[in-house]
Amino acid sequence: MKRFLRTILLVDLFEGLWLTLRTQHPRNITTEQYPAVIPKVGERYRGLPRLNTNPETGETLCISCDLCALACPETLIVVGWVRNPETKRKDLVNFTYDTSRCMFCGLCEDACPVDALELTQDYQMASFTREGQIFDREVLEEGTKPTKFKW
Amino acid sequence: MSETFLDSTELVLNMGPQHPSTHGVLRVIVKLDGEKVTGTECVIGYLHRGVEKIAENRTYAMFAPYVDRMDYVAAISNGLGYCLAIEKLISVEAPERAQVVRVILTELNRIASHLVWLGTHALDIGALTPLFYCMREREDILNIFEKYCGARLTTHAFRIGGLQYETYDGFEKECLEFCDKFMPRVDEYEELLTENRIWKERLIDVGILNAEDCKAYGVTGPMLRSAGVEWDIRKALPYSGYEKYDFEIPTRTNGDCYDRYIVRVQEMRQSARIVRQGVEMLAAGPIIGKVPKVLKPPMGEAYVSIEAPKGELGYYVVSDASTQPYRVRVRPPSFVNLQSLDKMARGSLVADLVAVIGTIDIVLGEVDR
Repeated sequence: MKRFLRTILLVDLFEGLWLTLRTQHPRNITTEQYPAVIPKVGERYRGLPRLNTNPETGETLCISCDLCALACPETLIVVGWVRNPETKRKDLVNFTYDTSRCMFCGLCEDACPVDALELTQDYQMASFTREGQIFDREVLEEGTKPTKFKW
Repeated sequence: MSETFLDSTELVLNMGPQHPSTHGVLRVIVKLDGEKVTGTECVIGYLHRGVEKIAENRTYAMFAPYVDRMDYVAAISNGLGYCLAIEKLISVEAPERAQVVRVILTELNRIASHLVWLGTHALDIGALTPLFYCMREREDILNIFEKYCGARLTTHAFRIGGLQYETYDGFEKECLEFCDKFMPRVDEYEELLTENRIWKERLIDVGILNAEDCKAYGVTGPMLRSAGVEWDIRKALPYSGYEKYDFEIPTRTNGDCYDRYIVRVQEMRQSARIVRQGVEMLAAGPIIGKVPKVLKPPMGEAYVSIEAPKGELGYYVVSDASTQPYRVRVRPPSFVNLQSLDKMARGSLVADLVAVIGTIDIVLGEVDR
C-alpha cells in the first residue's frame, strides 16, 4: 500500500526535484566567473616556463649544462652556449623552449641542478601563431606580455 | 503484394565517432532490425597515438608523463601501475610514506573517475543534474591534485621509486575535509537516481552480462563485481600496502546496468574510507627510494597489474639492459571491457545501446592508446 502511494504520488521524482531546488540557494553556487575573477592556482602549478636570473646582478642562473634538454621527453628545449675563453665556463647565448608541444610534465624542472628553469603559475599563454608558442631567452626571463583587451 | 515486400530489411547504422554518448571517438556499426539491435561492431583507433611505441624511444623516467594520457580521467592510477612495474624490474620498493600517499591519491582519483562516469552516464540516460553535482565534487579532488603535484588532469604525480613531491601543508586536513563533505553528497546522488523510476526503467535488466561471460571476455572491475564475482586486485594481489587497509568489495548479483551503477557508487564510499585510513597512517619518512639517476634495469621482464577505476590495468615491461624499455605493453581495462559490448547489446533496443556503452565506462584514450 505504501509503495503504491509512493508510486501514485510520484514521491521518487519529487525527492530528486527537492534536492535540485535546495541546491539552487545562492549559498550553494560554486561556479567560478573566470574572465572576471581569475582563479589563483596552486603554488606547485606547472605552467609557463621561466628562466631565473640573479635578482641582484640580473645575470642568468643557467649554467648551460643541457640537462633539461636531455630530460625533456619531446626534446623541446635547445640550449645555445659558447665557451668563454677567459673563465673556461659555458656562457648562455640562447635558450628556446617550445611550449606548443610541451605537456608540462616538470621533468626539466626536476633535472635543473641550479633551479634556473622553473615552471610558474602563469597559465595564460595562448598565442595566435605557432611561432608565438616558441619562447626564446628574453621571454623566458621576463615573462610573456599578453595583449590586454578592453571590453 | 509479395511477402518479401513486407519484410523489414536489416539497416546498418553508424553510431559515432562524434556521437556524444560514445564518450569519445568510438564508432559503433549497429545492425538494426527496426528498433532492435541485431549486432554491433566497434571501430576503434581514432585516438591512436602509439603510446607503446613511444615508450621504446624514451627513457624509463621520460615515459612516465605519457601513461597519464591513456586513461586521462584516472591518470594517477596509470602512473602508479607504470611506476610499480619499473620498480619491480629494478627491485626497488617505494618507502612507507610514499606508498601511503600513493594510496590516498589513487583512491581520490578513483572517486574522481567514478564521478565523471556517474555524471556522464546519467547524462546519457537523460538526467542532466547529477553531472553538475559530480563535477562540483570532482573539482575539490582536482584542487588537491593541483596543490600536491601542480597539475589537475594529467598529473605525473609519481616517480619511479616513490614520489617527487612532499605533501603540502594541510594535505591531510583537506583530504579529511573532502571525505567528510563527500559522504552526504553520495547520498544526494543516490537520492536523485537510485529510486528514480526513469533511472530504474532504463537500467534494470539492461545489458546483462553474467559471471561466466565476464570471465570468458576477461572483463574486470566494477562490471565483473556487479555480476557477483568478488574479484578486486587490491584484495587478491595487494600492492602498495593495500592489505593494511580495511575496506569491502561491493558486489551485486544481476550484472545489469543498474547493478554496475550501485557497485560504483558503493566503491566511491569505500574509497573515501580508504583515504581516511591512509591519512591516519601517514607517518614521517623518506618519500623516494634509492633509484639511480640513469636507470638501466637488468635484462628481464616484469608484469604488474593494479585495480584501476575501470578494472585491471596491467603493465608489462621488457628490459634489454639499456636506458630505454625494449617493449611496454599495456593491458587497458576499457579496451578489454569494450569487447563485451556486442554480447550485452544484441537483442536490445537502440536506446539501451547508449546505456550499455555508458555503463562500460570506457575512455577512448585508453582503448586506442
